[in-house]
Amino acid sequence: MTLPPTLPPTLPPTLPPTLPLGILIERAHAAIAGHAEGLTKLDQAIGDGDHGSNMKRGFDAILAEKATLEALPPSDALHKAGTILVMKVGGAAGPLYGSLLMGMGAALKEGADAAGVLDAGIAKVKARGKADAGAKTMLDVLIPVGEALKAGADPAKLRATAERARDATRDMVATRGRASFLGKRSKGHVDPGAASSCLLTLAVLDALGDAPGEPA
Amino acid sequence: MTVGIVVVSHSAKVAEGTADMVRGMVGEGVPVATAGGDPDGGLGTDVAAIKAAIERVWDGDGVAVLVDLGSAEMGGASAIELLDESRRALVRVCRAPLVEGAVVAATVADGGASLDEVVAAAEAMRG
Repeated sequence: MTLPPTLPPTLPPTLPPTLPLGILIERAHAAIAGHAEGLTKLDQAIGDGDHGSNMKRGFDAILAEKATLEALPPSDALHKAGTILVMKVGGAAGPLYGSLLMGMGAALKEGADAAGVLDAGIAKVKARGKADAGAKTMLDVLIPVGEALKAGADPAKLRATAERARDATRDMVATRGRASFLGKRSKGHVDPGAASSCLLTLAVLDALGDAPGEPA
Repeated sequence: MTVGIVVVSHSAKVAEGTADMVRGMVGEGVPVATAGGDPDGGLGTDVAAIKAAIERVWDGDGVAVLVDLGSAEMGGASAIELLDESRRALVRVCRAPLVEGAVVAATVADGGASLDEVVAAAEAMRG
C-alpha cells in the first residue's frame, strides 16, 4: 500500500454534490483486484478461503457497469452498486457490503453528511450480520473509521485509523462468521473482512482526494 | 393453499439431495426449489439464485427458505429484500437445521398449514 503523495487537509463537511464516481469505482476495483490473493490467504487461515475471489467478482461487475453507474445520481449509484455486490459476491460478504452501500445510498439521498452516510451504512451491516464491534469482522474497521470521521479527522488520520483498526483484529477472537467456529484459534490472524474494509476505506480516501500516483 | 419451500446450501449437491429427500418423503404436492453453490458453480451462496428459486415456487401462499450456514441465512435475507415489496412479508428464512427443517416444513405445508405454522414447525427442529 503506497501513500499518495498529496492528501487534501480536510474532507469537506458535506460530500460534494457530484462525487467522482468513476474514480471511486476505479480505485475501489484496483484495491480489491490488486489484493485479491492476499485477502484469500487471510480467509484461508480462518475462513473458507474465498474472500478475495468473491470480492473481485463483485468489483469486476461494478467496473463493468461503470458507465451506467456514473450516469446516475450518486445516491442511486451507491444503491445499484450495493445491489451488484449482493448479487455477485456470494458468501456473507455480498449481503454485508451490499447492505453497506445501499444504506449509504439511502442516507446520501436524504442529504446526510459524510459521517451520516457512513453511519447509515454501518447500521445496515450490523443489522444484516447481527454483529457489532469486537466480533472480529469488517465492523471493527468501519466503526472506528466512522467515529474518526464524526470527530472531524483529516484523511491522513482516517487512513491511520483504518490501518490500526485492521491490525487490531489480529488479537481478537471471532464470535461471528465462519471464523467463530475456530474460537480462540481465530486469534493471531487479521480478519479478511476487516482487511477488505481497510482497503476500500483507503481507496475511497484516495478517490475523494483525487490523489495522483499509482492506485493502491 | 400450499406454502413453497426453498432449500439453500453452500453446495449444489447438498441442496439437490435435500430436495430429493423432501420429494421422496413428502411427495410432489409441495413446490420445492433449490439454490446451491456460488455464482461460479463453486461452494458458496448466490443471492440471485435464491431470489429465482423463491420466484419459482411462488404461488401466493408464502415461501419458507431453509439455509445451511450463516452466510446462506444472510443471502436469504438479502434475496427477500430484492423481491417485489408486496411479496417480502410472505417469505421467511427459517432458523432450522437444513435437512430436518426442510422435510418437516414440507410435511406441514403439504397438510395445508400457513406460512407461520410451517416456519414454526421447521424452527422447532433446532436442537
